[in-house]
Amino acid sequence: MTEASIEAGYNFGYLDENTKRMIRRALLKAVAVPGYQVPFGSREMPLPYGWGTGGIQVTASIIGADDTLKVIDQGADDTTNAVSIRRFFNRVTGVATTEHTAAATIIQTRHRVPEAKLREGQVLVYQVPMPEPLFRLEPRVAETKRMHALADYGLMHVKLYEDIARHGAATTSYNYPVLVNQRYLMSPSPIPAFDNPKLDRMPALQLFGAGREKRIYAVPPWTEVKSLDFEDHPFQPARADAACVICGARDSYLDELIVDDSGKRHFVCSDTDYCASRPPVQDAAA
Amino acid sequence: MIGPGFADPVADSQRCFRAVLEAMSRPGRIHRVPALAEVPAPLHGATAAVLLTLADGDTPVWLDCPAAQDWLRFHCGCPLVAQTAAAFVVATAGMPALAALAQGSEEEPHLAATLLLQVESLQAGQGWRLTGPGIEHAHRLAVAGLPGDFLAQWAANRARFPRGVDIVLCAGDSLACLPRTVRIEEAG
Repeated sequence: MTEASIEAGYNFGYLDENTKRMIRRALLKAVAVPGYQVPFGSREMPLPYGWGTGGIQVTASIIGADDTLKVIDQGADDTTNAVSIRRFFNRVTGVATTEHTAAATIIQTRHRVPEAKLREGQVLVYQVPMPEPLFRLEPRVAETKRMHALADYGLMHVKLYEDIARHGAATTSYNYPVLVNQRYLMSPSPIPAFDNPKLDRMPALQLFGAGREKRIYAVPPWTEVKSLDFEDHPFQPARADAACVICGARDSYLDELIVDDSGKRHFVCSDTDYCASRPPVQDAAA
Repeated sequence: MIGPGFADPVADSQRCFRAVLEAMSRPGRIHRVPALAEVPAPLHGATAAVLLTLADGDTPVWLDCPAAQDWLRFHCGCPLVAQTAAAFVVATAGMPALAALAQGSEEEPHLAATLLLQVESLQAGQGWRLTGPGIEHAHRLAVAGLPGDFLAQWAANRARFPRGVDIVLCAGDSLACLPRTVRIEEAG
């Protein structure tokens, strides 16, 4: 990498060094207290809240010249959000980017966990819109802070119980709350509940950044992450009962596409890199 | 005469931070930090590099060595305060009592102090058996130069979770971290 490849007039990684130090200190405390939301001074970024400003600030604070960056949006490398963030980091750091999960050292993600197993040495950075798992049940921040301090998560269990009593099953299909290291209730960000089991004892470091809400939290490697459930109603991740029309996968998370006016449906892998790494099915089978 | 800081402040502090982040994420693993051309005595290279990387005007610091005060003030601009009020506590000659440092509160455990503790040596693969978040089965770490009651102090520190001090052990250009979650057992 040469200096010339970095956008003139900007510091490496866009953020100034003071901001990076502040975020770095928050990250270290977040790792030390797994699942606890550390407040930080979120900066204005050159794209609006809701586009991943938290994740971008985390990535900008950890990234170095020898990193390889992958960015996904709902599993895809080629959607607007992923492409623009990847391009942003290429312009302000000059680092190599990739679409291959295995080749990346930092993976910034919006709302999915890659299908391929992550390894030690990789860092998964989540973009988080709402870090507080209790906010729909208790809107007062001072109150949720106290609930986290006391590990008082009865409210969330009551919500799950009411779901099961009314509908026979938990109706939360994404952003399903998890308990980290048997202590802190945490929002896994709006990933599908299908991805929740991947968070448990993951070899990679997981960092979460919420720009608008100004919170950073983390799950260290190999840490227990348990989706909330009851003994007689164990957690059941949902998945469409179909195979990907492109690669035939029956183990990946699928997106549903309506392909004609009569409502014909196709299912395709949400993780584009995983799908492309598999041999395509023959036309007859599709 | 005040010695220089990092040769390349942006890249070096990024490398140093990643080493600390990795070390904090995988307690007991030893990482090397970018070497400084000149380290102010009695600081070790790792202690100085971590301070350059993380300390600034927003972080009150306590340190037990007046000789390095000018260097720290010049490079980091951090206020030097009493031990109980410090976000970073730098110990070069003996460990302060862990219970005497800022512990954070139940509601704001991130306000606890980080102790940069200089030790004689760090050795992986032997000594203590560490378990907890960040560790698949167990990590081994041998540390020379700790007070005799360290394990008792650490057990009390760990029992205060989510409050409690996090430690960065520094020896030469190497460091290892003990976040408050890690469980330490005597070599067995």
